[in-house]
Amino acid sequence: MITLRVNGQAIRVPAGASVAAAILQAGVPSRTSVTGEPRTALCGMGICEECRATINGKRHARSCQRIATEGMEILTG
Amino acid sequence: MTEPVDILIVGAGPAGMAAAVAASGSSRHVILIDDNAAAGGQVWRNFTAQNTRDYPGAKALADLNTRLRNTNVEVRCATRVVGQPAANVLRVEDDQGAGDLAYRHLILATGARERFLPFPGWTLPGVMGAGGLQALVKSGLSIQGKRVVVAGSGPLLPAVAASLAKHSAHVLGIFEQAPLACLMRFALTLAAHPGKFLEGLRYRSATLAAPYRTSSWVTRAHGNHRLQSVTVSVNGAQRELACDYLACGFHLVPNLELSRLLGCTIDNIYVRVDANQKSSVPHIYCAGELTGIGGLEKAFCEGEIAGLVCAGKSAAHLFDRRNRHARFARQLDTAFAMRRDLAQLADPDTLICRCEDVPRRAVETCHNWREAKLHTRCGMGPCQGRVCGPATELLFGWTNDSVRPPLTPARVRTLANACAAAQSRKISEDSR
Repeated sequence: MITLRVNGQAIRVPAGASVAAAILQAGVPSRTSVTGEPRTALCGMGICEECRATINGKRHARSCQRIATEGMEILTG
Repeated sequence: MTEPVDILIVGAGPAGMAAAVAASGSSRHVILIDDNAAAGGQVWRNFTAQNTRDYPGAKALADLNTRLRNTNVEVRCATRVVGQPAANVLRVEDDQGAGDLAYRHLILATGARERFLPFPGWTLPGVMGAGGLQALVKSGLSIQGKRVVVAGSGPLLPAVAASLAKHSAHVLGIFEQAPLACLMRFALTLAAHPGKFLEGLRYRSATLAAPYRTSSWVTRAHGNHRLQSVTVSVNGAQRELACDYLACGFHLVPNLELSRLLGCTIDNIYVRVDANQKSSVPHIYCAGELTGIGGLEKAFCEGEIAGLVCAGKSAAHLFDRRNRHARFARQLDTAFAMRRDLAQLADPDTLICRCEDVPRRAVETCHNWREAKLHTRCGMGPCQGRVCGPATELLFGWTNDSVRPPLTPARVRTLANACAAAQSRKISEDSR
């Protein structure tokens, strides 16, 4: 298991897990839509862009295509 | 300028992996790229050398994986194609930066995605694709004890339900929009594909506790900022089911964007290829779901053909098998054709375009896809119509065939780079 932080909250996921899985595990939306709706991953395979989040300071990263690593800092919303 | 790659393959699922192994050998330079973090595509997502037995086509996967590692194929994951800066050159971007890959032969194996159809509540957190939820579970999401409704259409639904049940989810039911009569006709054709029949039985036996209903679909998802329940229409009767996740996808559509950008002829909804998997554009081959949604075996077989042909070998011994799989793909399309009722699920306030939050009310005043883009921004967001495009095809009969670079959101630096290949070509022409 590895630990990363989603909006400051420590989340534990299995090694090899995607960041999108960690965000869902945290129970928070990955992004807010242009009219203010909360959204989470839809396709899980890098198509829909709903899982975009800020990963280690890099904005708009497709979290379903990024492997979670120890100590990673994720910001959503 | 760096030398062109002999064979460049886009997409490292079963088709791309099979193509790479078949194309490798002697001193040929083969590069296999994929936008996901690892090879395997969707069906073999997150496989390792130790767990290949848990996947469909386990033997083929184990064999391909071993052979791929013993070849000199260069596998580059987390790499996306952004555009075509010059003829026979693809611009790619990864986490570190961007670069251009010139090629002699190109094999496109970009696979398929789920068709998503809008209904009230479909943008709520907790509503996901069927394959989408499965992909996330394969990628580490714990679903233990969660109540899941599986809905939509296609052979993927029972497979997803089985996989979720195996991860200790509580699958409440599988709701397939196709009518029973269509599926019965389809089941009869499976006699010609005993392997697929057995696979179907295995999935079904893994989820016997969950009912499989035909002529059934989700009409509405309920919840305040998060999914709480869904209303399903089962043979015309409405029922509400409390659930944590809705896994909903309506069969698959091919990822045609790159093929379209490169000018490959599309017949109806698939890329046109000849017996050797060659597209209408010289030096470009297509394999797998791009030529017909047929699943693992078809992709595998077509990838091998494309790889062999690009390596200058004959693939004629595989034609019969490929043709059988192609027939199966057409039968799938017929069996799981979308019923018109699904076009009526979205109400005027339901968002059609999730990127730009465009409701049906705004979109349906337009006459075509282009007009909708210009007037409402439908399809203009980051996914570039990959989700709402197929939806508007079904809802309004529009064709979404306009593809422009960049194919996906890309860094400005990636777009601003001059094409090294094009420049060096120009210099050599000038000095001639």
